[in-house]
Amino acid sequence: MSNPNKEWPLWEVFVRSKQGLEHKHCGSLHAVDAQQALQMARDVYTRRQEGVSIWVVPSGSITASEPDDKGEFFEPMADKIYRHPTFYDIPDEVGHM
Amino acid sequence: MNNLAPPEATASTDYLLHLADNALVLGQRNAEWCGNGPVLEEDIALANMSLDLVGQARLLYQHAAALTGHGATEDSLAYFRDAGDFRNFTLLELPHASPSAERDYAVTITRNFLYSALMLLVWDALQDSKDPQLAAIAAKSLKEVRYHFRHSRDWLLRLGDGTAESHARTQSALDQLMPYTREFWEASEVGRNAVSRGLATDPATLRAHWDGLLDAALLEAGLQRPAAGGAPPPGKNGRHSEHLAPLLADMQVLARAHPAAQW
Repeated sequence: MSNPNKEWPLWEVFVRSKQGLEHKHCGSLHAVDAQQALQMARDVYTRRQEGVSIWVVPSGSITASEPDDKGEFFEPMADKIYRHPTFYDIPDEVGHM
Repeated sequence: MNNLAPPEATASTDYLLHLADNALVLGQRNAEWCGNGPVLEEDIALANMSLDLVGQARLLYQHAAALTGHGATEDSLAYFRDAGDFRNFTLLELPHASPSAERDYAVTITRNFLYSALMLLVWDALQDSKDPQLAAIAAKSLKEVRYHFRHSRDWLLRLGDGTAESHARTQSALDQLMPYTREFWEASEVGRNAVSRGLATDPATLRAHWDGLLDAALLEAGLQRPAAGGAPPPGKNGRHSEHLAPLLADMQVLARAHPAAQW
């Protein structure tokens, strides 16, 4: 935090929209501590029945990839289309996969 | 409803209006924070809770309007009664002002705590009302007020146990508001009538529990419980402070300017 005395820490909010589905990142907010972040997430991100469960994580705890690493991180995958399972004929009986 | 159904007990419209006016007036008052909240997240939280309260008021007004007949509607009850007809607790119409600020969040939080602690107990008890519609409204409202209580209690602790300034402001808000809680417990004819018919709960039976909720929170918050001295006007009997009429004027002006408007 640039000014730890005044600025409340930032939290990332993950909401599970219904049982069985994964928690999805939906935004961030400022709060003093985890409990308050949870309450505020309830007020800010689940007002329209978006959720049945909320996770909050301190933003500082997330280690993110660097945009500058794009070349070595992601581009080598661009020419390896054989990793996509699109070269197989799926029998009709299997149905939707 | 068919004619063979047994006649259902219904709460008196006066009692329903007391509950409805409480919710509407506090909902309107707290909505003043919309766009003015101390932080964005609290701005949204307060607006959410106002909408809960307005929703409770609507259900109660609809029930009261059906009992009143003569073309009464939820809108006529909310927008076309004057201050003297409102039966809300005076506490709920007071502005957010304190000696420190025109809108003081400590006043807002302290009032929300005092009222939601009461309604936690009232709605819980009203789930057993002999008026089935009131019991259903109580069950729905109880879930909402549990969150209102949690929110206000959480902030009461943070402010009371926070900085020297937040502590002083919260203690001052408590000193300022506590006398207005006296009418929570004062007997009224409307209340007695509803209690004797099994429709409402005698507030006297809730008092010890409310005292316990308050004392536990104040202990954690490091705040002192003031005496509930003085004799503020009992709004539930229609005797209000000077603050209700301007609040209603704000709320009612549009409906009165366009009485038959649809929106």
